[in-house]
Amino acid sequence: MTTFPTTPDAPTSPTRRDFLKLGWGVLAGVAALEAGLASMQFALPRVSAGEFGGVIGCGPVDDFPAGSVTPFNEGRFYLARLADRGFLALYRRCTHLGCAVPWDPARGQFICPCHASAFDGTGQVLNAPAPRPLDRFAVQIIEGQVQVDTSRPLEREQFDPGQLVYA
Amino acid sequence: MSETTPAPLPIWKKLWRSAVREPFSGDRRSRLRIVMNNLILHLHPSQVPVRTLRFTYSWGLGGLSALLVVLLAVTGAMLMFVYTPAPEKAYQSILALETLVWYGQLVRNLHHWAGNALVVVTALHLLRVFFTGAFREPRAFNWLVGVALLLLTVAANFTGYLLPWDQLAYWGITVGASIVTYVPLIGNTIAQVLLGGPEIGSATLLNFYALHLSVIPLAMLFLMSLHFWRVRKDGGLSLPRGIDEPPVTKDENVTTFSDLVRPEAVWATVTVTALVLWSMTVNAPLEPLANPDLSPNPAKAAWYFMGIQELLLHFHPLIGAIVIPGLALLGLAALPYLDSDMDSVGVYFRSRRGRWLAALSAAAGLVLTVGYVLLDEVALDLPALLPSLPTLVSNGIVPLAALLLGLFGYGALMRRLFRATRCEATLSLFILILTGFLILTLIGIFFRGPGMALMWPWDVAATVH
Ligand code: HEM
Ligand code: FES
Repeated sequence: MTTFPTTPDAPTSPTRRDFLKLGWGVLAGVAALEAGLASMQFALPRVSAGEFGGVIGCGPVDDFPAGSVTPFNEGRFYLARLADRGFLALYRRCTHLGCAVPWDPARGQFICPCHASAFDGTGQVLNAPAPRPLDRFAVQIIEGQVQVDTSRPLEREQFDPGQLVYA
Repeated sequence: MSETTPAPLPIWKKLWRSAVREPFSGDRRSRLRIVMNNLILHLHPSQVPVRTLRFTYSWGLGGLSALLVVLLAVTGAMLMFVYTPAPEKAYQSILALETLVWYGQLVRNLHHWAGNALVVVTALHLLRVFFTGAFREPRAFNWLVGVALLLLTVAANFTGYLLPWDQLAYWGITVGASIVTYVPLIGNTIAQVLLGGPEIGSATLLNFYALHLSVIPLAMLFLMSLHFWRVRKDGGLSLPRGIDEPPVTKDENVTTFSDLVRPEAVWATVTVTALVLWSMTVNAPLEPLANPDLSPNPAKAAWYFMGIQELLLHFHPLIGAIVIPGLALLGLAALPYLDSDMDSVGVYFRSRRGRWLAALSAAAGLVLTVGYVLLDEVALDLPALLPSLPTLVSNGIVPLAALLLGLFGYGALMRRLFRATRCEATLSLFILILTGFLILTLIGIFFRGPGMALMWPWDVAATVH
């Protein structure tokens, strides 16, 4: 068995080496991070102009009788006017997995073709698997004209009358 | 003896000689050398143990996967010349391909069916590796590489699914991307990045096109190289043996050229012929142009996701589409590191007891899964039974806990009642879960009609067309 004599300055030498190693390691890490962030920019959502997301004019209040549901395909929503004449705009994207939910006038329900979720006229869930009511869009009535802002769907846990807008 | 200068070779012979590196004479030495001198053959060792040539051991499934990948690359490159990745043009370019391009329909069919076949064949390859215990050390890492390849195969199919821009594509991807939104905290962000925006649009198509044509194929090429290299480094194929035979470590060698190359060529020819015949008779589906206003009823996911879609009918989405598949995938990846108390490499289903436990577990999986689906359909309404709880708990965590307890109990039962080793118990659980998943997939494909109602396959067929 051989042992190497340790010189007094031996400990400093590995320490310097460790420091340099760490330095390279950190630099490599930073470089990898930068490259990663830069390539992520490529994948980030891009705004595609002209696709839905603006304010949609729906027409005069009187076009919508109480108890009616009117589809607006370009805005991807239904404008519902409840029996008490309050307006509600319902995003037609099923809160379960995103299918377009059609209105079934005979049953007075929205019934999703994909996994059979059902919603009532206010968007409340009647039948799972949908986990929450249909999202809604903000409704404004300006000089007797109904306008719906489709830029941001509003999520909710349940329907309450505060969501209705009156002429 | 006279000194004659050999006649100079004609140039094409010189070219040939330089390309093949050595003339081939057919003797043993030459047959060993040709494997080393040829880029493709060189993926093989120059000699292989006789036992590994048993067709009924490997079924040639790994090689078949590789063949399909090559076929996909060739047909895919042809499609690239016609296809345009923009929403207004994609569907038209597929129509043009089918009607105006010579053999366009056939090439599309070949690409479509080879892609679908790849999912089936790699899955079968995985099963044969698991059933023969070939995933244990030193091959554990190659099992992981394999799992990654299977995931890439599914990702390739999923991204390709959007490209025709028909109704199937639009709604299949809408549902698929919505599943991602249930990942806690970051789900919405991931979905937005994947789609390149809030809903499917031109950015989505471009994202999927880039993934399908470059990122995924490059990753597959890399992982396949790693996979083949590891097969050789890990000592070649595991050696098959009879059920009562002690473990074998050595076997007589034969030359790869052509004792292995010949059956490979036969198998490849048979498969390619079958695929071409199939593609000449059955067209790849193409539905009407994508219509964001109209979800088809029933709107079904791609067939390889039907098992998950069926889970979605029974569980809260977070549990059904993320937690359960996630746990299953983790378990699959961890298998070689979990199970190792028995030396059964090379024996199908481990042992005699392993074999009948496998049969028993398949039967149990069938009965339990069908039973649960029927029960959930007619009687079980957990959210109604537990009205005070949020559906994530009543329709998610509660049945998930029951499921995990049931699986745990099944494993314990195997060990207690049938004195199964840990390894045989793992096999039984694997087969139980596998059968359950296959049954769910079959129910989803064949027994779900409009509104996802349960019905007989012929009634489903009658409503769809
Ligand atoms: C694109 C996908 C794949 C390709 C092209 C491929 C190809 C191959 C080939 C050519 C072999 C050698 C012989 C054979 O069994 O045919 C092999 C062996 C093997 N593969 Fe794969 N494979 C793929 C996916 C997988 C998957 C999904 C798994 C499992 C998770 C896997 C795990 C293994 C293991 C452990 C071996 C060694 C088997 C033994 O020694 O008996 N591979 N693979
Ligand atoms: S997407 Fe509507 S119920 Fe699943």
